[in-house]
Amino acid sequence: MTGPRSEVGKGARRTAIACAGLAVGMVGLAFASVPLYDAFCKATGYDGTPRQGPALAASAARADDSMVVHFDTNVAPGLPWKFAPEANRVEAKLGETKTVFFRVQNTGLKPTTGVATFNVQPGLMGGYFVKIACFCFNEQTLQPGETLDVPVVFYVDPAVRDDSNTAHLSEMTLSYTYFAAKNGQPVTAAVANSAPTGAKRDF
Amino acid sequence: MATAAAHAEAHEVHDHKPSFFARWFLSTNHKDIGTLYLLFAFCAGMIGAFLSFGIRMEMEQPGLQYFSNPATYNVFVTGHGLIMVFFMVMPALIGGFGNWFVPLMIGAPDMAFPRMNNISFWLTVAGFCSLLCSLFVEGAPGASGAGTGWTVYPPLSTAGHPGPAVDFAIFALHLSGAGSILGAINFITTILNMRAPGMTLHKMPLFAWAELVTAFLLLLSLPVLAGAITMLLTDRNFGTTFFDPAGGGDPILYQHLFWFFGHPEVYIMILPAFGIVSHIIATFSRKPVFGYLAMAYAMVAIGVVGFVVWAHHMYTVGLSLQTQSYFVFATMVIAVPTGVKIFSWIATMWGGSIRFTAAMHWAVGFIFLFTVGGVTGVVLANSAVDKYLHDTYYVVAHFHYVLSLGAVFIIFAGVYYWFPKMTGRIIPEWAGKLHFWLAFIGANVLFFPMHFLGLAGMPRRYADYPDAFAGWHKVSTYGGHIFGLGMFVFVIGVVLAFRSKERAADNPWGEGATTLEWTLPSPPPFHQFETLPRIVDEPGAH
Repeated sequence: MTGPRSEVGKGARRTAIACAGLAVGMVGLAFASVPLYDAFCKATGYDGTPRQGPALAASAARADDSMVVHFDTNVAPGLPWKFAPEANRVEAKLGETKTVFFRVQNTGLKPTTGVATFNVQPGLMGGYFVKIACFCFNEQTLQPGETLDVPVVFYVDPAVRDDSNTAHLSEMTLSYTYFAAKNGQPVTAAVANSAPTGAKRDF
Repeated sequence: MATAAAHAEAHEVHDHKPSFFARWFLSTNHKDIGTLYLLFAFCAGMIGAFLSFGIRMEMEQPGLQYFSNPATYNVFVTGHGLIMVFFMVMPALIGGFGNWFVPLMIGAPDMAFPRMNNISFWLTVAGFCSLLCSLFVEGAPGASGAGTGWTVYPPLSTAGHPGPAVDFAIFALHLSGAGSILGAINFITTILNMRAPGMTLHKMPLFAWAELVTAFLLLLSLPVLAGAITMLLTDRNFGTTFFDPAGGGDPILYQHLFWFFGHPEVYIMILPAFGIVSHIIATFSRKPVFGYLAMAYAMVAIGVVGFVVWAHHMYTVGLSLQTQSYFVFATMVIAVPTGVKIFSWIATMWGGSIRFTAAMHWAVGFIFLFTVGGVTGVVLANSAVDKYLHDTYYVVAHFHYVLSLGAVFIIFAGVYYWFPKMTGRIIPEWAGKLHFWLAFIGANVLFFPMHFLGLAGMPRRYADYPDAFAGWHKVSTYGGHIFGLGMFVFVIGVVLAFRSKERAADNPWGEGATTLEWTLPSPPPFHQFETLPRIVDEPGAH
């Protein structure tokens, strides 16, 4: 090719390398956001993520103020389990440590492994609902027909009354969903295996 | 502002061009690559417009008329969105006009990395091919194509689309994103290092400023999208659970990552248009643009604030009241620099000796339509209002007013403004004006009723709707036909330009056109500025 090629001086090369570094850094930041977001949610209770921590001293409990905690249980499609709380709701004094049992049963014909995720509603309560112990932190394998009672130990932080967003609340919901543990199986493959895809192709 | 002086160097008499294949397929010339981008954007735009035609035909009446499977309707909506954003507006405004005119305006012989420029273009084409492939492979069970919306939210894009269509769509975004990042590096390097002697940043034309800010936005936001969709890809195919609650992931995280990219992306689409409209208004008012520095820094401010407002797209996910308050406030702050720009455009016209050429019609039309879209944007910025209007046709009306009528109007304004410079030919003024009036009336009839539909509760992305919405949908479809008619006028105008023997002068627009590209012949020589122009201040020139 004839004619002058544009001169790529030292300055231009430096600018380009700096820009490329910036782009690579932003990709790194995107991936770093996964653990950061997780840590952020756990620390602040953002998005209804319950906190985890040790129990409060008995003296911190408030006898005069309480909150009704409702329980909601779900089983995701593809897992033949029954899952229910021993009571649909409990009234917990603020700061008081409470234990609630949930019953899970494998109604299928094969041993299956499930893992539970959890969330509280309203999401703003995430920072004030503290779990001391929970079955949901681990995977659970159930033999066919096996029934298991699993506990969750929690308290509602009395600081809930100091936050203008949550001071007026008297009820909340703790929700669990059991999913089939995928053991590294891709989402789409799991769907393709569990739900028959329609033979109908329409365009 | 400065003008070019002492620009009397003789351009090389022999203007040697390489053979056809080498010139267009191995191109390293910024003007040729710009032309390729513009042609590509036109072809992609036609396909995107065909998809929107399908959408409007289906929505003309309640019930399913053209789509036996609503999933296919969603594929049309998704394809329309992705094509128009990534393969029409961005290639036209950044790759097309940016490549053509940034080096000309700053007095550079070419882009800093001409070979990389070529790679950017062909990566975009490859991405487009991947997106077209996605239309013909299975996506949702029993339907072809990715019907996820351009946002590709999980779990719809993971569990909801077991077929490979979404993988193709993700791959399309990877390829075109890589092309855009390389292009952005090229623009930044060119603008920062290759300005003509004497052209300081504060004397640089506003279009070059716009492309500089846009390039930085691309560089900071596109890698985040690349990361997010890579996680989506591994969630889909390799068993990771970044966005899958079954493994401890969170689908809301995807929304944060997507909109951290997605919001700057809307400014990526509109900032180059801001640059172009400033030149057109100044040229046809025969005045330098009002408040040059404020105009330049308003774009910088829009770019910076654009990065910290993303969650206003996600008011419905359960953000705390404080978070919502912040995002409402930050979003409204953007109205300030945007208002500065609109004020300055009007102040530029004020007292000017205005010529209503075709390009000026489009530019003034843009100011009106963009303001309408901006005002509905301020309405939607309120989280309490947005929860009612979220995912309704009100939102569709809003972003089509700022993008379809904003960015697209300026693409046409740019074509009518620079066509004589790019080709040396002249599109008849009547064609440009007729095209404008058809597009202006058509687009308003098309999109204004969508405000009413949205306020009445018509949700987006549904192929069918209750009879109550039928009236305005019908009107809207008629508007679409009028807009489409305008496209034929445009094509006729271009054909007439190439058939006519009339040739454009070096500066067909006369006194108001002060930027460097008008000092060159029309069309410019294959290689320009072999002797760099010197930029000198002329006190009292304006």
